[in-house]
Amino acid sequence: MSGDRITKALLFISSLTILLLSAGIVISLFGGSIPAFREFGLRFITSSAWNPTAGSEEYGAMAFIAGTVITSILALIICIPMAFTTSLFIAEYYRDTRISGILRSLVDLLAGIPSIVYGFWGFYALRPLLVSTGLSDQGFGVFTASLVLAIMIVPYATSLSAEIISMVPAELKEAAYSLGATRREVIFSVVIPSARSGIIASFILALGRALGETMAVTMLIGNANVIPKGLFAPGNTMASVIANQFGEASGLKMSALIAVGLLLFLITALVNYLGKLIIKRFA
Amino acid sequence: MKNSIIILTVIVALAAASCGGGGSTAGKQKQVTLSAAGATFPQPFYNLAFKRYNEAGGPLINYGGIGSGGGIKSLRDQIVDFAATDAYLSDAELAEMPGEVVHIPTCIGAVVIAYNLPGVTDLKLTPELLEGIFLGNIKMWNDPKILAVNPGLVVPDMEITVVYRSDGSGTTYIFSDYMSKVSPVWSAQLGTGKALNWPAGIGAKGNPGVAGTISQSEGSIGYIGFEYAFSQKIPMAKVMNSAGFYIEPTLDSFTAAAAAEMPADTRVMITNSPNPAAYPISSFTWIIMYRELAYGKHSPEAAEAAVNTVKWLTGEEAQAIATSVHYAALPQNASLQAAALLKGITYEGAPVLK
Repeated sequence: MSGDRITKALLFISSLTILLLSAGIVISLFGGSIPAFREFGLRFITSSAWNPTAGSEEYGAMAFIAGTVITSILALIICIPMAFTTSLFIAEYYRDTRISGILRSLVDLLAGIPSIVYGFWGFYALRPLLVSTGLSDQGFGVFTASLVLAIMIVPYATSLSAEIISMVPAELKEAAYSLGATRREVIFSVVIPSARSGIIASFILALGRALGETMAVTMLIGNANVIPKGLFAPGNTMASVIANQFGEASGLKMSALIAVGLLLFLITALVNYLGKLIIKRFA
Repeated sequence: MKNSIIILTVIVALAAASCGGGGSTAGKQKQVTLSAAGATFPQPFYNLAFKRYNEAGGPLINYGGIGSGGGIKSLRDQIVDFAATDAYLSDAELAEMPGEVVHIPTCIGAVVIAYNLPGVTDLKLTPELLEGIFLGNIKMWNDPKILAVNPGLVVPDMEITVVYRSDGSGTTYIFSDYMSKVSPVWSAQLGTGKALNWPAGIGAKGNPGVAGTISQSEGSIGYIGFEYAFSQKIPMAKVMNSAGFYIEPTLDSFTAAAAAEMPADTRVMITNSPNPAAYPISSFTWIIMYRELAYGKHSPEAAEAAVNTVKWLTGEEAQAIATSVHYAALPQNASLQAAALLKGITYEGAPVLK
């Protein structure tokens, strides 16, 4: 009885801590961004000016919002076919075979590689490849960053999707087989429909990770504080500009960077909320 | 579950190991530990110098290369014994500090124009060319304006990729200070600052980031601290100084830039020096500390160790270390002035140096 009570108290305290932490983060982000919003108002969100020179300081987050959204969505689009097919391979087509086990460990291994290592790989391997195709002059830009981002989020989407797919009840599939369905038909009319909401959730989780990714992006996107003029043009993302400029920032610039952080927080929250809505609708 | 147990074990083991390490150094003798933070531009020099000083029986100094701005902030919050900066504090910044701050020059560094052009190792640049290239108005390497300054230069028909610092930095400050002095267009469009609103090119983080990007990208050009270009063997351009000579970046040409008269508080930018032998994008880098060191919980031992460290840093032995890592030594007038400033530093009103 008393053990039960202790457990209850412990659980309550730890949940409360999480709640307080998130509240604290939101409050300090709001507090820190007040000077920037007071100075620029809503223009801070709509403007893409970023001029830190003393005397003519002007800050707007639009260039970074555009960079973040474009790279993340592009990464998601590239990620979906890779992650979806791999998860089907692991969890359905070749489930419980040796090859699927090996593939699963490899995917988990990809998830464990630090961001900076992906950045290095992108910088020294992928970028020269893109330059040699002639698509891009120096290989820095939105597309390169998105490609590396896509590879970084594949493991998240894959592991989760595979988990969900393997949880589809065997009875359902067996029933379909007994009705004479082919393997392909089972996958498309039984497995995918019943795992749909989980698969969508896994991609939304992956998108959330792409939105906040910093190091690999900053090494590849070119860090130009403008709205990207094309797929191969340089740009910058919200997480990347904060990481780059935080060290030497003070005063209004510091506040502008915190405000960018607040906007990133809000966008991530919005994406998560949309994800929940989608899951509810399909479930 | 199994994984988390392994992770936990590793963490505990690491914690135990680091505690053990700490214990053994504390056991040796009671040593003064100083903390300092600031510019990354002179960090290779400071790291080596502080290590040598510690080996010779000096205090242990933890130097955090967090950028000039971060260093100034740390000094203002009084969480470091001294800080380092590449841009001296403006009158407004000085007024914001809780106490009077002294600037001690420690060495001379230079910002060089590094480039990556297949087959080219000798490139001359004028202020006009720098303005055109970095503002994005000269877009091709075989632009007639570049060829006019470099007769006989064989350059590929290649686009120029400008590489700049994506993070706020003293290096950018020194470069833009020079450019604002020589180009009214630059002064009006970009101005002087640690971060600028670049109209063209790509950004990379830190001196190592810009150096790496230039060495990996054909057709690129950018500005970096001399030490970084030198150690990575990236070609550097000769820049025309105010006397009209094309000057190669060398330690001698940096020192020449500092030969002029100095104000008493040493707050001076020596870019665009009138000396005909001077490399025009040179600059002092400074240690900043409070004139009165009795503040907060600052102990007299720490105060004495801090002043002695900075005094040693501006002395002959440390200046030789500076040249070994490619920073130019202080000229005589600057070291005399540094010594005079250090004599004025007090603890509870009494001079720290006896």
